[in-house]
Amino acid sequence: MTGTGPTSGPPRRGRPAARRRFPWLLAVPAALGFAFLILPFLGLLARTPWSTLGTRLLMPEVRDALLLSLGTATVTTAIALVLGVPLAWLLARTEFPGRGIVRALVTVPLVIPPVVGGVALLLALGRNGVVGRPLYEWTGYSLPFTTAAVVVAQLFVAMPFLVISVEGALRGADRRYEEAAATLGASRATIFRRVTLPMVGPGVLAGAVLCWSRALGEFGATIMFAGNFPGRTQTMPLAVYLAMQQSPEGAVVLSLVLLVVSLAILIGLRDRWVGTP
Amino acid sequence: MRPDAALSARLVVERAGFRLDAGLEADPGEVVALLGPNGAGKSTALRALAGLVPLSSGHVTVEGTDLTTTPTEHRPIGMVFQDYLLFGHMSALDNVAFGPRCQGVGRARARALAADLLDRFGLSDQARLRPRELSGGQAQRVALARALAARPRLLLLDEPLAALDAHTRVAVRSRLRGDLADFDGATVLVTHDPLDAMVLADRVTVIENGAVVQQGRPADIARRPRTAYVARLVGLNLYRGVASGTRVEVRVADGGPVEVTIAERRYGDVFVAFAPRAVALYRERPGGSPRNAWPARIDGVERFGDQVRVHLDGDLPLSADVTPAALAELGLGVGDRIWAGVKAMEIAAYQA
Repeated sequence: MTGTGPTSGPPRRGRPAARRRFPWLLAVPAALGFAFLILPFLGLLARTPWSTLGTRLLMPEVRDALLLSLGTATVTTAIALVLGVPLAWLLARTEFPGRGIVRALVTVPLVIPPVVGGVALLLALGRNGVVGRPLYEWTGYSLPFTTAAVVVAQLFVAMPFLVISVEGALRGADRRYEEAAATLGASRATIFRRVTLPMVGPGVLAGAVLCWSRALGEFGATIMFAGNFPGRTQTMPLAVYLAMQQSPEGAVVLSLVLLVVSLAILIGLRDRWVGTP
Repeated sequence: MRPDAALSARLVVERAGFRLDAGLEADPGEVVALLGPNGAGKSTALRALAGLVPLSSGHVTVEGTDLTTTPTEHRPIGMVFQDYLLFGHMSALDNVAFGPRCQGVGRARARALAADLLDRFGLSDQARLRPRELSGGQAQRVALARALAARPRLLLLDEPLAALDAHTRVAVRSRLRGDLADFDGATVLVTHDPLDAMVLADRVTVIENGAVVQQGRPADIARRPRTAYVARLVGLNLYRGVASGTRVEVRVADGGPVEVTIAERRYGDVFVAFAPRAVALYRERPGGSPRNAWPARIDGVERFGDQVRVHLDGDLPLSADVTPAALAELGLGVGDRIWAGVKAMEIAAYQA
């Protein structure tokens, strides 16, 4: 196909765009904004105890917190995919009474402070909670302050990112491809698996990455609902907070690890994430 | 309803401000073209046949099996969409294998079937390519192969040539004609291009405003249009009037009746039609052989192939095709008053 770019159009009057004056008026606030965003990272790197970095990284507390964080964030993302993709599908593709309200409620965890989410989780699933009490009375199982509670807290905070992202992708996908699949004899399940899912794949991936990063960084709801027990519920952000009060150098190391993990994910998925499907 | 019909359908689809009510029949191997202006309901009719649009009432029967309430995925149909809708994440081969796979054919066998079909379509070199790497004509043929791979009993084509440029269209049209000839089920083809309908179809059904206005063999449609839309498509001047013998009183929207003389006797309501090239132009009222002569004013002139089409306004608005030389010889221009003459022999008159 031969595209007609802007350069092949009729010549514009006046000077070409490339020779226009640089917009200095915008440059100053833009540079300030950029500096503000990277300054904290420079501070972090400047204070990193590079000489003792190796030994500190191998300390069992760091290793435990890192493994717990990676593990819970991954389990959270898997559950969010299983529950969130169908939810997104229903929101994007079906008409049911109160759909608008359901969508609004799904976005609530995005806007409330995570600490409030933690309190709400305790009131619902705690030993004296609305659901938690009967659960405890019947089975003797108490959810709060367990590793499972870490996942629940992360799921509450992070799943909406996945749902919103996948719903957007489903709305953007051309439904006529699904009709074409139906005329070829594909059942609804086959259409979803072989046509819809590949089409919305980039959106699902973006949603999963957002969900995973949000779960990895979760602090407020986790400390409220799961507490801060090393090895069991102490994830990286909680460990950073605790370390900051005892040995700031330890907090710096932990922060650096979190930064590296997040950057690795961002860089690794950049093309697929930022690019349009 | 004929019991041996490959397709027999009455499609009624009601929507706010629109109602489609069309009957369709096709014999085995027959290609029926649905021809009509944009928004006439042709695509809705095709989607209703596929089960993608629910019928308000009516029925769809394919080879004696009632499919009226059968969901799309269980209908023995194959459909080629206007922009093909090939699955972008699959190779051409997997696109074609998709239908057989959905019918429970194993992966290897489905791929072998698809490879075979692509081979027959002359597309084996393109089997590994993604749809975006195919040319327009190749994509169209892959879409057709994909539709045929599921062994449909009813083939539905929605504007199959509309997405192609004029140059490719000629070649793809003639290949499509050959492919359709090999298919033994019924084919319904939607188009707004009369040439597609004339070349590809055995029968043409013209739809306007959701209703069938004319049906017949392409040649009959071309020779005897029954609506202004069809007349414009096939390039004829068409009028409606009342005949008594060789005289027809034609009613034109504004103004009194105009008398048209025809060669054979007719009685009652008739259509009269003649080709623009049957019209001769004169500066003075002609005498002698042309038995019809109407005063007119030149409303517009445009180039039309190697002819010049002259639009005439007057008691009987009409189009005339003359050679550029003839126009120059007469020294005519827009706004000039002239006479238009047509021999009675050149005028077709048929029952309305």
